[in-house]
Amino acid sequence: MTVRWIRAVLAGAAALSLSLTACGGAGDGSSADTGGTVTVFAAASLTETFTQLGRDFESAHPGTRVVLNFAGSSALATQITQGAPADVFAAASPATMKTVTDAGDAAGAPAVLVRNQLVVAVPEGNPDRVGGLADLARPGVKVALCAEQVPCGAAARSALDAAGVRLTPATLEQDVKGALAKVKLGEVDAALVYRTDVRAADGLAAVEFPESARTVNDYPIVVLKHAGNPDGARAFVDHVRSDAGLAVLTAAGFQAPPSR
Amino acid sequence: MTRPARRRQRVPLPLLLPAGLGLLFLVLPLAGLLVRTPWTTLPRRLAQPGVLTALRLSLETATAATLLCVALGVPLAWLLARVEFPGRRLVRALVTVPLVLPPVVGGVALLLVFGRRGLLGSWLDATFGVTLPFTTAGVVLAEAFVAMPFLVIAVEGALRGADARYEEAAATLGAGRWTTFTRVTLPLVAPGVAAGAVLCWARALGEFGATITFAGNYPGRTQTMPLAVYLALETDVQAAIVLSLVLLTVSVAILAGLRDRWVGVT
Repeated sequence: MTVRWIRAVLAGAAALSLSLTACGGAGDGSSADTGGTVTVFAAASLTETFTQLGRDFESAHPGTRVVLNFAGSSALATQITQGAPADVFAAASPATMKTVTDAGDAAGAPAVLVRNQLVVAVPEGNPDRVGGLADLARPGVKVALCAEQVPCGAAARSALDAAGVRLTPATLEQDVKGALAKVKLGEVDAALVYRTDVRAADGLAAVEFPESARTVNDYPIVVLKHAGNPDGARAFVDHVRSDAGLAVLTAAGFQAPPSR
Repeated sequence: MTRPARRRQRVPLPLLLPAGLGLLFLVLPLAGLLVRTPWTTLPRRLAQPGVLTALRLSLETATAATLLCVALGVPLAWLLARVEFPGRRLVRALVTVPLVLPPVVGGVALLLVFGRRGLLGSWLDATFGVTLPFTTAGVVLAEAFVAMPFLVIAVEGALRGADARYEEAAATLGAGRWTTFTRVTLPLVAPGVAAGAVLCWARALGEFGATITFAGNYPGRTQTMPLAVYLALETDVQAAIVLSLVLLTVSVAILAGLRDRWVGVT
């Protein structure tokens, strides 16, 4: 297994704690060994697809290694603006991408990679017969949402507002996979997550609802300014945006961006 | 003890250098927190309702968890220190497992037992309609699970260090084991219990992994300070720093306030 995302997580955490204590501005990273490595920070909802795309990229570019770091987009954005050594950033919302571009950490303008939509994730067979957002407010139905600080939480908030549904969730999870896990474990009855997350999970079903069309999430991707391997970073972005790359993403349930 | 002014000796450099580095390593991050604190906007940020809610929840749950740990942990420590029974070493090892276990793993384990589909949790839910995950009681449970070994180890150490002759004397005077425990043993190891309780409380206050895994995150109900710090960091580094500063201040204040007790133990 060459896609070593655990190491990237550790590197990210270390960089974060270091840069928080240092008084200087955004360090452009010690010129560590980035020769054949492309470090990609990607939203948690891209876990399955980017793992696949990373492997594809490695076989297409022998000798190049893709290191993936998956987390909530906002956590990744903070790590990047605090100087974490990353080459590519793929976020689950333009708002989180904007914190990186505003900080001047992006090389060029971000491109919209794919779009994603919220669904209600329920256990297979839908035991509580959830038919739409209004059912989530029924007494006795426990719901997990993402925290509003992360894109899936912000999207959930605007979907609920659009539907005029008020509910008190059981928990506000720090990323979409956390919310999904609570349904998988049976600790909650439903969660608002992305369509792609339900498709990637076993034992879950997706309930679509009309309000989700109003809260379609764009996923921007960008090469970072302080990339240690800018050529590799550009090649990776080209790869995921290619027809072959998009095929992997759409097969997982993502929608192609409007321009394509 | 009463040795007069010791002759000053040169401290060997191979010891002084790593010692200094070690000190720097421990103190520098805290200094960094102070340097980066947005002092001008601090009062406004502290006055935000979310901060006080999380702080109050943290103090309450850590205290409740400590009380639970004392109620269960002191008898457990007594059992380990004073009663010979087969498998005692194994029991002691089991008690210390949460000490070395990553807290997230503890949270998952708690879910599998006390969760809605858990071994005990499903029974609790069916019989009493009680579910622990995502409740304040769940936070207390998660904190107690992680913090109790600190108390047990501290109290057991105090019990082993205590002079058993007092207890023997009480027994020869006709006191039963319960009377001996409450009248002789407990007063004897009270400083040890206090020290253990402080350690336990501090560990409970800082608990993150087991709490977010088992109890989730909801403001006012299960979002303790460490969870608030973590989520704030996702969008607002300044807010995270302020929250961290509050936790640091509380911890230092508690340690300073109980310093005499600490010294009394050693």
